Amino acid sequence: MITQFKSGLVPVAALAVITFLYFPLIIIVLYSFNADSVSAFPIQSYSLGWYSVMLQNDSLLAAVKNSITVAIVATTLALIVGLPAAYAMHKYDFLGKKTLERIVLMPITLPGIVTGVAMLSFFPLVGVRLSLTAVTIGHITFLSAIMITQLLARFKQLDPFLEQAGYDLGARPLRVFFVVIIPNVKTAIIGAVLLCLVLSMDEIPVTFFLIARENTLPIEIYGMMRRGITPEVNAISTLVFTVSAIAILLSIRLTEQNQKIPK
Amino acid sequence: MKEVFVKYRLVLPLSLWLLIFLVLPYVFILTQSFLASDNFGQVIYDFNIDSYSKFFTNSLYYTTLLRTLFIAVVVATTCVFLSIPLAYFIAFRVKKYKTILYALIVLPFWMSYIVRAYAWKIILGQNGILNSFMMYVGITEEPLEFLLYSNFSVVICLVHIFTPFVAIPIYTAFEQIPKALVEASKDLGAGSWTTLWKVILPLGLPGIISGGTFALVLTMGDFLTPVLLGGPDTLFISNIVQNLFGTSNDKPMGSAVGILMLILILILLEYSGHMERKYASFKSKSY
Repeated sequence: MITQFKSGLVPVAALAVITFLYFPLIIIVLYSFNADSVSAFPIQSYSLGWYSVMLQNDSLLAAVKNSITVAIVATTLALIVGLPAAYAMHKYDFLGKKTLERIVLMPITLPGIVTGVAMLSFFPLVGVRLSLTAVTIGHITFLSAIMITQLLARFKQLDPFLEQAGYDLGARPLRVFFVVIIPNVKTAIIGAVLLCLVLSMDEIPVTFFLIARENTLPIEIYGMMRRGITPEVNAISTLVFTVSAIAILLSIRLTEQNQKIPK
Repeated sequence: MKEVFVKYRLVLPLSLWLLIFLVLPYVFILTQSFLASDNFGQVIYDFNIDSYSKFFTNSLYYTTLLRTLFIAVVVATTCVFLSIPLAYFIAFRVKKYKTILYALIVLPFWMSYIVRAYAWKIILGQNGILNSFMMYVGITEEPLEFLLYSNFSVVICLVHIFTPFVAIPIYTAFEQIPKALVEASKDLGAGSWTTLWKVILPLGLPGIISGGTFALVLTMGDFLTPVLLGGPDTLFISNIVQNLFGTSNDKPMGSAVGILMLILILILLEYSGHMERKYASFKSKSY
């Protein structure tokens, strides 16, 4: 017997799933403008009150500042360590390359909690006390994994003749790298950097175990949630959504731009 | 000649970094799992396998692991069931707005974990949005209590967080299926269900397996959702690790549980990678 999906079934199901994915995000944004302190249906009146409460919450603002600092420092160092390594992993064969490739993927594939407790146990032995510094080191470690996978994907699409042309014209390797390679993967680098910033700003499992007194933003929100429901979380979350959505959309655009897929 | 050194110089900083801050920590907890701890939580260098034998004899540990595995299977299965129509729709029904719809599933993938957990808390709470909505409309008179701080709320939140992780590989797999095969199936008189069941799902199976594994492994490693949305008896294996490194302060035991989690997850990843390759071999390159 031939059965056809009723023509509307698939779109309706897909739409339902998309609604499910976005419904909680929309709720957060809507209720950030709720004048009431109880998040109930329907919203009686709207106000910007929770945004001004948020701006007076010093520990929340300090957490935002900490998160931004950690994200910028960790992303920069992940780029400095990751970019040359990704280039070498793309271009050369060397002793232990396979091992390195496997290790790089560890922070992505293995559960964050185990990485977190491993770092918590080991860092003090090499003189890194629990602090924002420890958090930053933890972030650099997993961000360099993200950085390398993102950059390797782009290096693979790079036209090998481009580089050869550089050498044929008499440029030295370092010059080829900066004049030929970098400009051609520039968008991928910016995309990867944006991604790393967003991921660092949102990271919990590793941060949770390496933090001392000063909180990052997600840990601060976690603490506020445990104390009860405070609608200023809606306000700060709406801001986080907006900023990370812009960064991610930009990152997707940049990574896809002039992506030449060999046919 | 010089290039030999160049390549090692390029990977040296990364290799050193990963050695000190990633590999050695892992080696260290492996070692620590074979040590003991005194009454003050101080680690004593006394080699033994007590922590491992405790894991397999104390039912708290292994039942928690089994329950976590069970919930992870529920979450992964639900994610797959939600992702298939979504991926099918974008891969086979949409032409013009493909990029936009794809971006629409990629976006929540990167959205703040903690905020999404928070959203479910205010939606499902006793005086929350869902309960007040149902009472407002008149579906229920009293707020439903089971919505929050239960397995239900943990599952729904994890499904919400991990569905994009599952939908993306499934969509990618569906997109690689040659459209001609789908057409051929329909030309030969197969209906949509038959085509889905006999052509699309078998060919998309590697994507389904890889997506499902993501959800499975991520759920097993999760410790925040049970704390924030779970009930008194919703405890994941990760929460045990968290407690052993926190309030209980028994690091060797915590390390042992962590290592066992790691081994289980590595086996799952290895097995799913094997299955992916096995089912991918049906797909010939010559289409």
